[in-house]
Amino acid sequence: MSADDGAGRGLSRRRLLGAAGLGALAAGTAGAGAGYAMADTSPPPVVVDPDALPIRFEGVHQAGIVTPSQDRLYFVALDLTTEDRNSLIALLKQWTVAARQMTQGNDVGEMGAVGGSPYSPPEDTGEALGLPPSGLTITIGFGRGMFVDDKGKARFGLDGLLPDRLTDMPSFSGDRLDDALSGGDIAIQACANDPQVAVHAVRNLVRIAFGRASVRYSQMGFGRTSSTSSAQVTARNLFGFKDGTNNIKVEEKKAVDDFVWVHQEDGPAWLVGGSYLVTRKIDMRIETWDRESLTGQQAIMGRTKGSGGPMSGGDEFAAIDFDATNEDGEPAIDLKSHVRLAHPDFNNGAKLLRRGYNFVDGSNGLGQLSAGLFFISYQRDPAQFVQIQRSLAGLNNDLLNEYIVHVGSGLFACPPGVGPTGYWGEKLFA
Amino acid sequence: MKSPLATLGVLTIAALSLAACASDPSESKSASGDLTVQATDSECTVSASKLDAGPATFKVTNKGSKVTEFYVYADGDRIMGEVENVGPGLSRNLVVDLPKGTYEGACKPGMIGDGIRQTLTVTGEAAKPLSDSEELTAAADSYARYVKSQSDALIVKTEEFVDAVKAGDVDEAKTLFPIARTYWERIEPVAEKFGDLDPITDGREPDAIAEGVDFTGWHRIEKQLWVENNTEGMDVYADQLLDNVKQIVQLGQDAPLTALELAQGSKGLLDEVATGKITGEEDEFSHTDLWDFKANIEGSQAAIASLRPVLEEKDPELVKQLDAQFKAVDEELNQHQDTTTGEWTFYDKLTKDEVKALSDAVAALSEPISQVAAVVASSA
Repeated sequence: MSADDGAGRGLSRRRLLGAAGLGALAAGTAGAGAGYAMADTSPPPVVVDPDALPIRFEGVHQAGIVTPSQDRLYFVALDLTTEDRNSLIALLKQWTVAARQMTQGNDVGEMGAVGGSPYSPPEDTGEALGLPPSGLTITIGFGRGMFVDDKGKARFGLDGLLPDRLTDMPSFSGDRLDDALSGGDIAIQACANDPQVAVHAVRNLVRIAFGRASVRYSQMGFGRTSSTSSAQVTARNLFGFKDGTNNIKVEEKKAVDDFVWVHQEDGPAWLVGGSYLVTRKIDMRIETWDRESLTGQQAIMGRTKGSGGPMSGGDEFAAIDFDATNEDGEPAIDLKSHVRLAHPDFNNGAKLLRRGYNFVDGSNGLGQLSAGLFFISYQRDPAQFVQIQRSLAGLNNDLLNEYIVHVGSGLFACPPGVGPTGYWGEKLFA
Repeated sequence: MKSPLATLGVLTIAALSLAACASDPSESKSASGDLTVQATDSECTVSASKLDAGPATFKVTNKGSKVTEFYVYADGDRIMGEVENVGPGLSRNLVVDLPKGTYEGACKPGMIGDGIRQTLTVTGEAAKPLSDSEELTAAADSYARYVKSQSDALIVKTEEFVDAVKAGDVDEAKTLFPIARTYWERIEPVAEKFGDLDPITDGREPDAIAEGVDFTGWHRIEKQLWVENNTEGMDVYADQLLDNVKQIVQLGQDAPLTALELAQGSKGLLDEVATGKITGEEDEFSHTDLWDFKANIEGSQAAIASLRPVLEEKDPELVKQLDAQFKAVDEELNQHQDTTTGEWTFYDKLTKDEVKALSDAVAALSEPISQVAAVVASSA
């Protein structure tokens, strides 16, 4: 199957629904201007949940970066088990076809979940049957390990295509990285407003990859911890604080352009219009945090817990006055508070597009939650992240470090978007 | 054999005479009926390399010091027939019905590796092209032959194991445990067909406890051998094990698997690997999981080999994938075998990375295997 022949095809999983379900979605998509055919008889007006609608797969940039954050994440990092260039190209093509199908709410494959031979395992695993597209985006990133092996020798004939900036992430004070939760040759970020849709997407892509790529680790997330659009309210992390108030928003065209997308002059050419993806799995010491006083919690963050306004005063979006003092004459925003050390004013103006999610991986057997933040940021240059993390890391810096520990880390180069017939990373193999 | 080329050996001469002297029957007389196979630790000599189509009897004599096996392979290592477990100094007969074509005879001293091979050319009445249903029947027959050969060895080895257990010979029983189980694991889809017998023969302790039944079978004895390091109280389990194994073998021969069951079985064996062996769950006391692992893979490969003519015709691309992935699994797995003793690395000695690599290889093979049943069904 080539990447070119699967573009507009696929079985809609909604087609399997009753007429009412179909009508509702048809009305919704038509109303959204997507140009879908209407049913012959006008369906009764139905209010459609905007979170259920599909998000366009094609574009100059990959979807899932400046797309307003969906509610759920399923992230997976894979290692390539093949060394064959053609088999990698075939995998990327098949993945692209499947991603197109799934993001538009269709089954994977030509026969889908229930249309194939009764003796064959179904092409699509089926758990998304009847579910709407749910804003699914699937975003791919390439790790250093796809370009070079441990000894620096080129893989897949990708000599000279490794971006200079796709280095191993420097280590930061306090890191407790687990190799099994770090790195990976390829990252796939699936975000959706329904966790089952996100899981379905990753599961089917992993299945397609058997024999060519193998899962290194995966992470489910919920409760987007960053708003990436000013139309979204700021969500809270598991410490109970609003997270991402000062994030780059999709509406800030200039900031997005300056801080998120790789430019022509940055190179390499294949990555122009793409972005660097940084992931950090951050364990939170939830129980200890919960025993901290409100005053303590707010001082650590530098913001109030209720409104999210800075400790220097004002509402959530008020400008932060880092020089303000409290009644004791101390800085209102603690010198080691998270908000101060992470702020662009203290990081040579560096900004990130954060897109993280909360996670709870059950409990740790000691009665404590295994929970935290799966930090995701997109940036034009990984140096932006490194700058900010250097400011934060270490017990002498961010007060928050007493309550968090970084256990996983990843850096990936996300290629630009694909057109109606292209495939992910095609310029690498041109 | 007056040719100056005689020093090149039997095989070469046979091939040359085949090409050059087809009109000289005295030089390359086709053999029919009885052939002999002289197997040593380093050689495998079949008394003729050119045979007439029809039933042929190979009398396999092991003159080496290691236990050997003799196989007759068709293309893609499809097993036309085999004898297992020929001990040093012993002879065993193999009867195989060979249609016109090219085959390989292979001895496997020490029961390791691909074997020492010799080409066998069968001439005579051209086999009629088979109809789809005939092809499926042929596949089922071919697999039934495999089951037969494995069953014979299974009973012999289980008897030896049971004898060692009853004699209280712990070391011998421990040595024989993974070897006897090899034959069991190769034909497990047959056993699984008989729902009642499989759990009491190959069940695990937690399931027995959960079901509130006595923990019996292979793993009951395994536990005693490895945990208690003795055979106390095992006589009754040992006798029962042998009875059950014999019963399963008989039932299996009375009701051979159909081609579709065979296709499903080839996948079932890989599922066994993915759920039981990769996790080290199957042989939790002895850690001999890699013996079972290899046997499951061999059993799956034998099932696929039987189906090969059907698959070649309906989906040659799938056959290529299967060949490549079986090879990849073998490469991954075989590095854990001591080629001198034939012993496999104990599961608890494998690193996490090694287990992951094995798991990846099995997953890669399982995908094309899962497509086989539909191809077979489309042929039915």
